[in-house]
Amino acid sequence: MAITLKINGKNENVTAAEGTPLLWVLRDHLGMTGTKFGCGVAQCGACTVHVDGTPIRSCITAHEDVEDSDIVTIEGASGKVADAIRGAWEELAVPQCGYCQAGQIMSATALLVTNKSPSDDDIDAAMSGNICRCATYVRIRKAIKEAAKAVY
Amino acid sequence: MFMHLAQTAKPKIETANKPLLNLSRRGFVGAGTGLALAVTLGACSQNKPETLAQAAAPIPDNSNIDIGPLVLISIAADGRTQITNPRSEMGQQVITTVAQMIADELDVPWDDLFIKQAVGDKKYGDQNTDGSTSVRNHFDRFRMAGASMRQMLTQAAANEWGVDISECTSELGVITHSSGKTLTYGDVSEAAGKLDVPAEDTVTLKTRSQWRYIGKDKPSYTISDVIRGKGTFGIDVRVPDMLYAVIARPPALFGKVKSLDDTAALAVPGVTQVVKMKEPEGEAPGFQQLGGVAVIATDTWAAIQGREALKIEWDAGPHKNYNSKTYAQELMATARQPGENKFKRGDVTKALSSAETMISADYYAAHLSQSPMEPPAATAQWTGDNVEIWACTQNPQAAQSTVAQICGVPDENVTVHVTLLGGGFGRKSKPDFVVEAALLAREVGKPVKVTWTREDDIKHGYFHSVSAQHMKGGLDKDGNVTAVLHRTVFPSINSTFGPSDQGSDFELSLGATDNPWNVPNMAVEVGKANSHIRIGWLRSVANVYHVFANQSFAAELAHAAGKDPKAFLMDIIGPDRIIDFSKDGVTYPNYGASLDEHPVDTKRLKAVLDKAATMAKWGRDVPKGHGLGIAVHRSFLAYVATAIEVAVDADGNISFPGIWSAVDAGTVVSPDNTKSQIEGGTLFGISNALYGEITATNGAVDQSNFPDWRVMRMAEAPHVFETHIMESEAPPAGVGEPGTPPAAPALANAIFAATGQRLRAMPLLGQNDRLDMSKVGEG
Repeated sequence: MAITLKINGKNENVTAAEGTPLLWVLRDHLGMTGTKFGCGVAQCGACTVHVDGTPIRSCITAHEDVEDSDIVTIEGASGKVADAIRGAWEELAVPQCGYCQAGQIMSATALLVTNKSPSDDDIDAAMSGNICRCATYVRIRKAIKEAAKAVY
Repeated sequence: MFMHLAQTAKPKIETANKPLLNLSRRGFVGAGTGLALAVTLGACSQNKPETLAQAAAPIPDNSNIDIGPLVLISIAADGRTQITNPRSEMGQQVITTVAQMIADELDVPWDDLFIKQAVGDKKYGDQNTDGSTSVRNHFDRFRMAGASMRQMLTQAAANEWGVDISECTSELGVITHSSGKTLTYGDVSEAAGKLDVPAEDTVTLKTRSQWRYIGKDKPSYTISDVIRGKGTFGIDVRVPDMLYAVIARPPALFGKVKSLDDTAALAVPGVTQVVKMKEPEGEAPGFQQLGGVAVIATDTWAAIQGREALKIEWDAGPHKNYNSKTYAQELMATARQPGENKFKRGDVTKALSSAETMISADYYAAHLSQSPMEPPAATAQWTGDNVEIWACTQNPQAAQSTVAQICGVPDENVTVHVTLLGGGFGRKSKPDFVVEAALLAREVGKPVKVTWTREDDIKHGYFHSVSAQHMKGGLDKDGNVTAVLHRTVFPSINSTFGPSDQGSDFELSLGATDNPWNVPNMAVEVGKANSHIRIGWLRSVANVYHVFANQSFAAELAHAAGKDPKAFLMDIIGPDRIIDFSKDGVTYPNYGASLDEHPVDTKRLKAVLDKAATMAKWGRDVPKGHGLGIAVHRSFLAYVATAIEVAVDADGNISFPGIWSAVDAGTVVSPDNTKSQIEGGTLFGISNALYGEITATNGAVDQSNFPDWRVMRMAEAPHVFETHIMESEAPPAGVGEPGTPPAAPALANAIFAATGQRLRAMPLLGQNDRLDMSKVGEG
């Protein structure tokens, strides 16, 4: 099934079987491997992308369901919030292996866009869908707060 | 490398001036530098020096050189310096750390550094990135490579000037003669490459005060890429014309396909082929593939859908009667019977019988899964009898030799490119998934990427061993410990590689026969246990369960003696001394290190214990429902003490107001990264302790994904985590694993302090989301 997806502001023509999750369209069809596979059942958040500004799990989102949406992946995440998040991530040396960090950054960016000064509870609620097996959580929490200060 | 290869027919360097990834932050700025890493690692490791010629001053390609520092270092005429990193990057920042060690002695500007990732090749020495060894085993070797190269460069400059080398100095890539004239490393690199490598005893290493990068925080090599989605992990590899595979593996070990109907699978759009996997041979799984049926498709999703549609009847195989619940009872029954003595001091039986107070406790810890966030994945491409492999492997040489053996080709026909690893924790030391890719690519006749789904990872792993332990302790009337018996029973990692019915001396040395307590009568015994699933190593290995038991038991003894647990631990460790376990009948392996260089030093052990207690403000009043617990252990040559404050609410929910850790890892190359490893190692230990449980029914693992294999998430993470690194000039110790062992007992001890409930079985929460508050107050 041939459709056009708008990804990071660019139209991409895609031919994939109906029902193919956005994750695999990004990774296998378009070669955009920044979005990661971690569980396939929306339990780990490694595959998080933004659809019309909302963080979603691309591993359970059929690609044809987001045909008319603006999709932003880690490769295209930009703007003052994403920059501040990345800056704080570097400043606090958050990542270890880095595999989950694309998803962490997409979730954290979405949080800071809507919440200028997230509390610990806000961070827990927004970020608990993103597993980090290296357990960089303490640094992630600190970095989100630092980024909030930098951007607002 | 891989994205680039996928986009063009022939690999080539994208631009002339970005052939290699630069280590400086500056080098990362600008579009496409991340891709440059990918391109370059591929191009270099494919040994195509001609592609580098596009650069104005190519860095010499040393792929075919196998002597001395040239294996690890090459320098271009313009001064760009390439370091070849032989170790696997899995989050411990080993690329950066290796660069720090080499570049310090070489004395080059940090911004001139470029990194090439080594393929698996014996010429690089030990590449098995395991056992927290990258610094502790290679500190001298990497520094010597840098210093030797520096000496060769200086000699080359001296030769050019016709002066004696003693008249020359070098600093930050520039060699200066006493007359004031200078040459850069780049000016003399070609001439230096023709000189003999100096004998090690003629090379002088820097003194500590001269260190430029060692002991300093340098920015991570990978961070800029990973926060932009650019790093290439094993699962991200793409080569032209590749196909995607997932495999239906036998539910139980050594099960076989009895019958297969692939009609529906082949009808799934995108599925191109169904392949019956070669079955593993012999009675030990080793690093072999597991067998089963592979579905090949044009994308991963189609392969997964195709696998769902397979109709397979399995012959359950020799382990079909493995039920972990019954097995656990058998293990515990064994632990209550005398076993084979492995540590003997005094007369434990007599001392226990004459003790004023005797207590005993049984501990249990379930199987665990490493479950790195990136599941195993590998890509293979055959050309004739040669295979090129890209994989997230901790052990590229084992991947190379195992593939060669199973595919029946010589080792040199197998090239293993090492990608970034999305976590390892021991899982990716085992190259079974690499073998699968190689077998399938040959069968299919095209490049194939094998991806393990999370279910595959959790059901078919190399599991951390289950264990049962029985401890007895005797106290005199003053509350002094007179006797300790530690009996442990667990299926050995050795069972994965051959016949084994008992835990090995090596595993016993991880937290059992290395017990530093100053107790006059002590014994360690081991009982029989067979294994029925693949047993593998997981971050800190047998230390996980042994230290859970004996550091919990120390607190239980303290409670029985009516003493403060921390003060009691200090007492039981005893006076400052170097421990000689041979007096107790133990040939202590000491993590492969010399006991002269790395003695077991109780002074250092007590120092970290004191420090962690001070950091946690041990002895303070805590709010109701809170408790402080502490534990200390030496592992991988590092001493770590961890104090944990837990808060347990009325519903039994556990949270962590704070965790404080003190680590003495000797000389530390990368301080903040060391703290990061201790944070991660500790929380990994807490996650396993609270939730970690892999069970099996009829030989098949019951858990399948993160819903039923629970791991720590943000909401469960501590709010304060402080790590202190002890000042030390001792040789470097490991840091990746030593944070894990004290975590579980410190947590159990904290829960006891908070609630009076002594938890002796991991997972501590059992099958529940929270603590069972009906048991509060039960010791």
